[in-house]
Amino acid sequence: MKRIQSSHSRQLAQRAAFIFLTAIALLTAITILMVVIYIAIKGGSAISWEFLTGLPRNGMRSGGIFPAIVGTLYLTIGTAIFSVPLGICAAIYLSEYASDNRWTRIIRIAIINLAGIPSVVYGLFGLGLFVLFLNFGTSILAGSLTLAIMTLPVIISTAEEALRAVPQSFRVVSISMGGTYWQTIRRIVLPQALPGILTGVILGLERAAGETAPILFTVAAFFLPRLPNSPFDATMALPYHLFVISTQVPGMPVQIQYGTALVLIIFVLGMNSLATVIRSRARARRQW
Amino acid sequence: MIKIHIENFSLFYSDGTESLKNINLDIPANAITVLFGPAGGGKSTLLRVINRLNDLADIKQFSGKVLIDGQNILDPDLDVITLRRRIGIVFARPVVLPFSIRKNLTYGLELAGIRQKQRLEDAMVRSLNQAALWEEVKDRLNDPAVALSGGQQQRLCLARSLVLEPEIILLDEPTSGLDPISTGKVEASLHELKKQYTIVLVPHSIQQAARTADHAAFFLQGELIEFSLGKNIFTNPLDKRTEDYVEGRFG
Amino acid sequence: MRKSFSWNELLITGLIKVSGYSAILFVGLILFFLLREGLPTLGEVPLSEVFSKRWYPIEDYFGILPLLGGSLIVTLGATMIAVPIGISTAIFISEIAPRWAREILKPLIELLAGLPSVVLGFLGVLIFTSLLRRALNLPTGLTAFTGSFLLGGIAIPTIVSVAEDALDAVPRSYRDGALALGATKWQTIWRVTLPAARSGVLTAIMLGIGRAIGETMAVMMVTGNAPVLPVRLSMLFSPVRTMTATIAAEMGEVASGSVHFHVLFLIGIILFLISLIVNVIASAVVFRQRKRSERILS
Repeated sequence: MKRIQSSHSRQLAQRAAFIFLTAIALLTAITILMVVIYIAIKGGSAISWEFLTGLPRNGMRSGGIFPAIVGTLYLTIGTAIFSVPLGICAAIYLSEYASDNRWTRIIRIAIINLAGIPSVVYGLFGLGLFVLFLNFGTSILAGSLTLAIMTLPVIISTAEEALRAVPQSFRVVSISMGGTYWQTIRRIVLPQALPGILTGVILGLERAAGETAPILFTVAAFFLPRLPNSPFDATMALPYHLFVISTQVPGMPVQIQYGTALVLIIFVLGMNSLATVIRSRARARRQW
Repeated sequence: MIKIHIENFSLFYSDGTESLKNINLDIPANAITVLFGPAGGGKSTLLRVINRLNDLADIKQFSGKVLIDGQNILDPDLDVITLRRRIGIVFARPVVLPFSIRKNLTYGLELAGIRQKQRLEDAMVRSLNQAALWEEVKDRLNDPAVALSGGQQQRLCLARSLVLEPEIILLDEPTSGLDPISTGKVEASLHELKKQYTIVLVPHSIQQAARTADHAAFFLQGELIEFSLGKNIFTNPLDKRTEDYVEGRFG
Repeated sequence: MRKSFSWNELLITGLIKVSGYSAILFVGLILFFLLREGLPTLGEVPLSEVFSKRWYPIEDYFGILPLLGGSLIVTLGATMIAVPIGISTAIFISEIAPRWAREILKPLIELLAGLPSVVLGFLGVLIFTSLLRRALNLPTGLTAFTGSFLLGGIAIPTIVSVAEDALDAVPRSYRDGALALGATKWQTIWRVTLPAARSGVLTAIMLGIGRAIGETMAVMMVTGNAPVLPVRLSMLFSPVRTMTATIAAEMGEVASGSVHFHVLFLIGIILFLISLIVNVIASAVVFRQRKRSERILS
């Protein structure tokens, strides 16, 4: 017969386990905080108006990173243009129209697949299709399209969840008053799901803005100290810029590296905070 | 005058079980017809057949005819949209749309493409009066509808169902969850409304059935057992099963 | 009354339907173009050579085993770091932490998830490599271990959020039942909640692994540049090359259409297939778990 653990030793085991887990969680939290604070401290001094709006000089070793900032901005906007309408429509299909049959399951598997493909493989795909086959060349267009397909699964999943969260009773009421499916979606479901959809879109775009591998062969240029003029131009971009100046350029002042990292973090985390704010405000004003 | 003529109507779920068995029922116009009986009797299902709302659910098969003003509404080529506009429905739980009180009422008209401000206002005022809600909300029409109490919300749903000036009003246990005062207000509205509309009501208690029914149909496990005048069926039921239910021997 | 016909409604519904199926189109497109540029390898390089141990493209050596090995060892190391930390943190957040701690910890994890991997690689290059080199007296700080360390950090948020969802989903009645029988809180967690969330936790681990395998930039920046097949455990502390890093590093200097070009695409195909298998298995587990819990609770 198994010896029954005494109450004392059970309490001891619990104590030990809790301390261990708390320590790990604490360690993780502190490490994350330290990472951000460290970059902020070391890079803060590099941030100046000139840094943010000036062009780079001296082989990127001084001056500003304006072209990289602008490039990232263009890419984010381009990604949004291609992925948001398509993603929301796909989410509407899955949430409101699709029945539970084999084809729908295949669609879902495809989405899971897209979500798991390594970012560098997206880069290869973008290279093969947009840069070479369609002959867009290394361009903002190619980069945006590649990033858009990469962002699609995120947008579709979060948008679908937001749509499904809208109570079914609303739809029933609308239909019982003689509304069509589309009228119901347009007038009730979509507006109510909009904050959730927006949050998902922002989080997806935030990820796209920070990615390097998909833009390596599709759009990114390093030594391009002027601004792009058309969607067919290559451009600098913040993540790629950070990568190069921290690994490929000898004699790069450390401060500039930290400064670039800080700008990238601020850009990305700014979007994160925006999404969080939208999410909590929407929750407070919800009428259901 | 018979408004809804149901003839040999049966409905089968997708797994084959019969939900309604060979119903033959004539629902007269300008009266309150009550469908009562224990749970699972098929009353709500029949209600939803009338405005083809069950199209939304698991595909079912049916046989027989349901005629409204002589026209078979089970015809697959039928314009369901127009049909549903002629029929208003109130559900068991008040479902207010996440809009203002005003928008809740004008929604149905907007769906139908009606946009003139004056027409929307008039319809809203009229239906709020018909539901005896006008006095309580006339000063806060732009407030969110969720701010209303449960009883008020349900009367709002009633008003909403009237806004398109339907011919038939269906009510599925509309006062289950409401306090007695709100329940009384709803029943009083129905007594007024029946002069203009055909009302089919599934009551949530047999007492409500007795209070409101001009005509009453007793349903048991998908079958129509008895149908007669309200003043007769509760005091002098013809079928033993009806009598047992009315007497409370099962429920 | 005939059914009314609206061109507008038809058009919109059609567009929505097409969008719904677009995901399938894109997967197909990706696979197609990978195959298009990758399959020619099979005609240009004999298969036995592809699976050999020497990766030296300049001299026409295209053995991908060192790259596979590099990915494997770095991912393995990352898993051994990320799984304990990730699961522990998930348990902490879901079962032990007081409300205020949860409100702080969850956003922090989200913050880590949002950090671009290139930023972590950057820190790794600047700080961690020299730290490691001095601490263990290595010739260079660019090692597989450095990569594992960073990769572990990158995989942690994935593991934490999925595992935490799984633990949250365990019905309250399980915990209440155990406590009512006299179990301590920890016993409840260890013997009831965690086993109940078993498949969700497994999914979290698999998705974390998938994330680690697919990571490119951070590993490229810190694992060094040596496509050497790691055969001993000590080689954890020497440079390696992952498949992802190879593609990223070499594609820029490769002539389009050359053998090297095709081989890099072939590596891409392998990565695609690995991620396909990992993610499909992980989600199949989730579907099955959800169905089972529906059956139990209904």
